[in-house]
Amino acid sequence: MQSKLNLDQGLIEKARGSARRIAEDTQAFIDRHTTVTVERAVARLLGIDGVDEIEKPLPNVVVDNIKEGGGLAQGIAYWIGNAMIHTGKSPQEIAEMVACGQLDLTKVPVADFHKIQEVVTPIAQKMVDRIKGNRNDREGFLTNLGEGPKPYLYVIVATGNIYEDVLQAQAAARQGADVIAVIRTTAQSLLDYVPYGPTTEGFGGTYATQENFRIMRKALDEVGQEVGRYIRLCNYCSGLCMPEIAAMGAMERLDVMLNDALYGILFRDINMQRTLVDQYFSRIINGYAGIIINTGEDNYLTTADAVEEAHTVLASQFINEQFALKAGIPEEQMGLGHAFEINPDIENGFLLELAQAQMAREIFPKAPLKYMPPTKFKTGNIFKGHIQDALFNMISIMTNQGIQLLGMLTEAIHTPLLQDRALSIENAKYVFNNARDFGDEIEFKKDGMIQRRAQEVVKTAADMLEEIEKEGLFSTIEQGKFAGVKRAMDGGKGLQGVTQKHEKYMNPFVDLMLGGAR
Amino acid sequence: MAIQKVDLTKIKPYGDTMNDGMVQLSFTLPIPWGEEAKEAARRLALKMGLEEPAVVHAEDLGVGYTMFVMYGKCQHTVDYTAIEVPKVDVEVMDKYEVEHYIEDNIGRDVVIVGACTGTDAHTVGIDAIMNMKGYAGHYGLERYKGIKAYNLGSQVPNEEFVAKAIELNADALLVSQVVTQKDVHIPNLTQLVELLEAEGIRDKVVLVCGGPRVNHELAKELGYDAGFGSGSYAEDVASFVVTEMTKRNLIKK
Repeated sequence: MQSKLNLDQGLIEKARGSARRIAEDTQAFIDRHTTVTVERAVARLLGIDGVDEIEKPLPNVVVDNIKEGGGLAQGIAYWIGNAMIHTGKSPQEIAEMVACGQLDLTKVPVADFHKIQEVVTPIAQKMVDRIKGNRNDREGFLTNLGEGPKPYLYVIVATGNIYEDVLQAQAAARQGADVIAVIRTTAQSLLDYVPYGPTTEGFGGTYATQENFRIMRKALDEVGQEVGRYIRLCNYCSGLCMPEIAAMGAMERLDVMLNDALYGILFRDINMQRTLVDQYFSRIINGYAGIIINTGEDNYLTTADAVEEAHTVLASQFINEQFALKAGIPEEQMGLGHAFEINPDIENGFLLELAQAQMAREIFPKAPLKYMPPTKFKTGNIFKGHIQDALFNMISIMTNQGIQLLGMLTEAIHTPLLQDRALSIENAKYVFNNARDFGDEIEFKKDGMIQRRAQEVVKTAADMLEEIEKEGLFSTIEQGKFAGVKRAMDGGKGLQGVTQKHEKYMNPFVDLMLGGAR
Repeated sequence: MAIQKVDLTKIKPYGDTMNDGMVQLSFTLPIPWGEEAKEAARRLALKMGLEEPAVVHAEDLGVGYTMFVMYGKCQHTVDYTAIEVPKVDVEVMDKYEVEHYIEDNIGRDVVIVGACTGTDAHTVGIDAIMNMKGYAGHYGLERYKGIKAYNLGSQVPNEEFVAKAIELNADALLVSQVVTQKDVHIPNLTQLVELLEAEGIRDKVVLVCGGPRVNHELAKELGYDAGFGSGSYAEDVASFVVTEMTKRNLIKK
């Protein structure tokens, strides 16, 4: 693709190089550690599911058991495998025994490491095959049924009741939506467990549970057949249970996951060590499952200014890209995020938005960029809101964005009503259809306002990345360089769930999903 | 013909002629699109008190539901002269006036602690009031000379918020609530008041809440000193806090 912005390719390479070294530096830390939710994800992938009599999920039961017994550092796969040798039972049966106090995993006589590996690997392989099967199913649907043109129309449902969500999601698909995201109930990100079963109560969203995933998947497959398009399902792989949500999503064939390397640290005050370790395993799973990850840079602009801090978005996209590559996520699955959040009162604000969107497109040419709608400057004026969304849609079609998170005219008032979503889809379809090939027809004036703006953002981002490379990622976050939010190395939630790996640490899924035939 | 004059004791909506009562509305009915659906919407609008209701647009939403855009003429009136709305009763000063006020009347730093409490993860409101940059050209409290502003961020449990208030010896507490689906903010705001009372510091602080669905009347009802809705800026909150401190004699610590 020819650059319309006359961007300095050397500078882009330099920025990417800095980001790579930042990620490598952090990866060394990540590789030495594991967390409770990483281990619970492994437990889930080994087939452990369900809850005990006080509704505590069995993955928590077994991981708490080894944590209390001082065995977290070896990993749950090690202890489950060991117990399998000793008892001859399945991981699920073992988990049930632990739940009713019949078994204490770290008290079982320890077998030879290689023997443990031998019993665990086939079970892990079976799960990996199941996930690969899901991936093949998705590819089959895309080939036989087809999909909507890009940008995909992405809408949210957020009723709190999974069955009500189904109704709204099916309506949205019939109206033209391509991706349905089920917003999670507020504060689920701070739960250190994943709830179980179908749920009908939630605040501003619906619990992410494996059963809810299954219910919505089935509903979208049905409506997909009816409308003749594969409808993608999206959920939120963030918070204190990133890898577990990824595991559940991989098992139930979700297609898109919010999955940012830094978001939880900055916006949910989750400890940075915890998030960085968690994001790695969650991304390995998402990568293998063929799930498109969506990163959360758009959120920066809800706290920081979209004109002054545009370069932090780009810098973070570079970092997210490198962390994603480390976890085996191909560029085609990187829905790097950005947003239309410039104050609408700014003269030529549209031009600045256009520069930013085109710049992201050129720097990450294969990525299905996720473009977020205006929210911060939405008022209760739904009429103006609808126009703001139209301008946002215009930028998207002019710059070939990948995933269009549709703006709602009632943003800042309530979670979308059925009719709000219909109007918003109508808006996007109108603009996209009416200006479908606009992007191919335009160039930008040499050294004009748009070119200069994009060049300036690239330059500032490259400088920032160079500085982070010198400082290290942890200390950059401590100083509040992203989104103006400061977080301490030992602050935030979930630090007590992080531990250094033992030399006998075992997690069969990393090798199975990262290496070999994908 | 002269233009009809407005009668403030009997006001009704204005379309393009005084007292035409013109109202536009849109809603969805859980019935399939068709002439029967339009008639149902028309009858419903009649029951709402709209004369000559007209369905100008009806659209199938894909699940056997229909959205309508309608116009009608409102028959009802209200007496504008009889309306009294409780408002934050304070003369709003700008940033520099607030700074001078603190210097002249308080003579020490005012400690203000703010947070999005409970499960709310949306800091856009508290950030607009507190962060250095502020919002729409109105600087936030962090930039005020004479104010020590602590923004604790989002999802702060009430217990932690109160503990921090005590630790920092706060003069004023700001609570932001943006997520208000199913009225989740009401019990959360109430619980904070109860906690402050239990700790015996409710009378020692200026307690303020804010958010798009918050107003002064609701705030007073819940036991707060003031409530600020959308369109409020740092200077509105700061003016109230410093004036209230003087009024309630909270200057000496």
